[in-house]
Amino acid sequence: MLPISGFPTLLYKELLRFWKVSFQTVLAPVVTAMLYLLIFSHVLEEHVEAYPGVSYTAFLVPGLIMMSMLQNAFANSSSSLIQSKITGNIIFVLVAPLSYLEFFAAYMLASVIRGVVVGIGVGLVTVWFADLPLVHPVWLVFFTALSTGILAALGIIAGMWAEKFDQLAAFQNFLIMPLTFLSGVFYSIHSLPAFWQAASHWNPVFYMIDGFRWGFFGLSDIPPATSLLVVTVCFVAISGFTLLLLKRGYKLRH
Amino acid sequence: MSAAIRVQGLVKEYRQVRALDGIDLEIRQGEFFGLLGPNGAGKTTLISILAGLTRATHGTAEVMGFDVVRDYRASRLALGVVPQELVYDPFFTARETLRLQSGYFGIHRNDDWIDYILHHLGLTEHADKNMRALSGGMKRRVLVAQALVHKPPVIVLDEPTAGVDVDLRQTLWTFIQSLNREGHTVVLTTHYLEEAETLCERIAMLKQGRLVALDSTRNLLSRRHEQQARLKLNRVPPVEIGLKPGPDETWLYGFETFSQLESMLASIRMAGLEIREMQLIEPDLEDVFTEIIRAS
Ligand SMILES: Nc1ncnc2c1ncn2[C@@H]1O[C@H](COP(=O)(O)OP(=O)(O)O)[C@@H](O)[C@H]1O
Ligand SMILES: [Mg+2]
Repeated sequence: MLPISGFPTLLYKELLRFWKVSFQTVLAPVVTAMLYLLIFSHVLEEHVEAYPGVSYTAFLVPGLIMMSMLQNAFANSSSSLIQSKITGNIIFVLVAPLSYLEFFAAYMLASVIRGVVVGIGVGLVTVWFADLPLVHPVWLVFFTALSTGILAALGIIAGMWAEKFDQLAAFQNFLIMPLTFLSGVFYSIHSLPAFWQAASHWNPVFYMIDGFRWGFFGLSDIPPATSLLVVTVCFVAISGFTLLLLKRGYKLRH
Repeated sequence: MSAAIRVQGLVKEYRQVRALDGIDLEIRQGEFFGLLGPNGAGKTTLISILAGLTRATHGTAEVMGFDVVRDYRASRLALGVVPQELVYDPFFTARETLRLQSGYFGIHRNDDWIDYILHHLGLTEHADKNMRALSGGMKRRVLVAQALVHKPPVIVLDEPTAGVDVDLRQTLWTFIQSLNREGHTVVLTTHYLEEAETLCERIAMLKQGRLVALDSTRNLLSRRHEQQARLKLNRVPPVEIGLKPGPDETWLYGFETFSQLESMLASIRMAGLEIREMQLIEPDLEDVFTEIIRAS
């Protein structure tokens, strides 16, 4: 009997894990995004026009979709790993003949899928509030895949590194949240003071959101090819680093 | 034929602790092998290295001839480990747990075998309950089942009966012994020495990361020459006879040859004492264990 890879099963398990509690993992973030949309568009609709001819609500929707996808891609891999580590059941996977590449691929892909499922959910409920064109759909696919992939990999790193839930919460609150919030989800960076405009250029999430928005409107703060390049480089670098840690068994195989 | 397990010069250092301090050990295929030692001796560390859960600082380990680092796929396919800790995934039922574990090993249609192990471990009626709802003993059975999903030629059980009821011990050993008869190598660590004594053909004893004894169970038992006689007397014997007080108002006498026993009995008669009961006690593994661990 020639054994096939254990990768499909690990992927399936990771998908099942969030799908079994989809109330928290899918519905809750969709509702949160919806609340953001209602509040911010109500307050700012009259006052802000980010791009000529684009209403503030329409401008906001892609940012919210991307932000929800990123946060959930990160939450999926990081919480799955830390839960398995703390309850000890991570050993079921570690004793199996899975390579670190298969391990990486399963956790990453499941997190990307969760991000996309949440993104579609947010899209479906927010699309009623704004007229969204869809100018470059293929670019949306690229930006979605690469951006959720980056956050999924960051989630793997955080899940490996953290030994307690509050360490993971710190990672989330002091790194992931600021990066996703201060990235132009709620505004165009041209409306910022010069210092914060410059600072935003050091935030990779800014390029993810700007590029994603370009997929809808064909309008962006940065040339989309530049954004795609930045995001691709980030994806390759962070994935490479994650693979290196996994290969070494960092905090997994003592 | 390659050894079921071969370990050479194995050293494991944690920050301050040397958990394994140069272990050489070979376990043959088909053996029922006992790995004994006090808490902290390094048993779990050794097992973790075999399973790839821990990496050795120095030395090599092989399962069925496959290096656990270089040929990790083959070595893990050959090994089933029942961990010491009672771990489980609360998201799944017992059957889902087993199907997933089977899948991790690349075996995707395995329901016949899964049903077979569920049945032999007395889990059939609990198979579709969530893991959280199972008692400690039942969770332990699922852990055993998980270690067997891929029919590993080598099965390692790390204190599988610690804190477990008699019923499970019985079920477990009947099943594991039948697997051993079919050719599976079994390695067992346990605190219950009578368990090791009845089940294991060979025994290794570890202390502070070193191997302090390695022999067949029979040789280990005969290594201790001293036997004991336990007597009940009508009154307290004079000190010169050399009896020591035992439990329940008995007196104990240790001897190596029967002529020693005879002269002790003669002294008792001379002192005018009456023997009401007498028993000879064979040495057991407990004594041997205590002696070896103390001496080393
Ligand atoms: N992850 C770890 N970090 C530091 N020390 C450890 C770790 N695991 C085990 N040890 C130490 O290694 C020694 C051997 O432990 P272990 O293999 O669990 O012994 P046993 O299973 O025989 O009771 C002990 O001193 C233990 O404290
Ligand atoms: Mg132990």
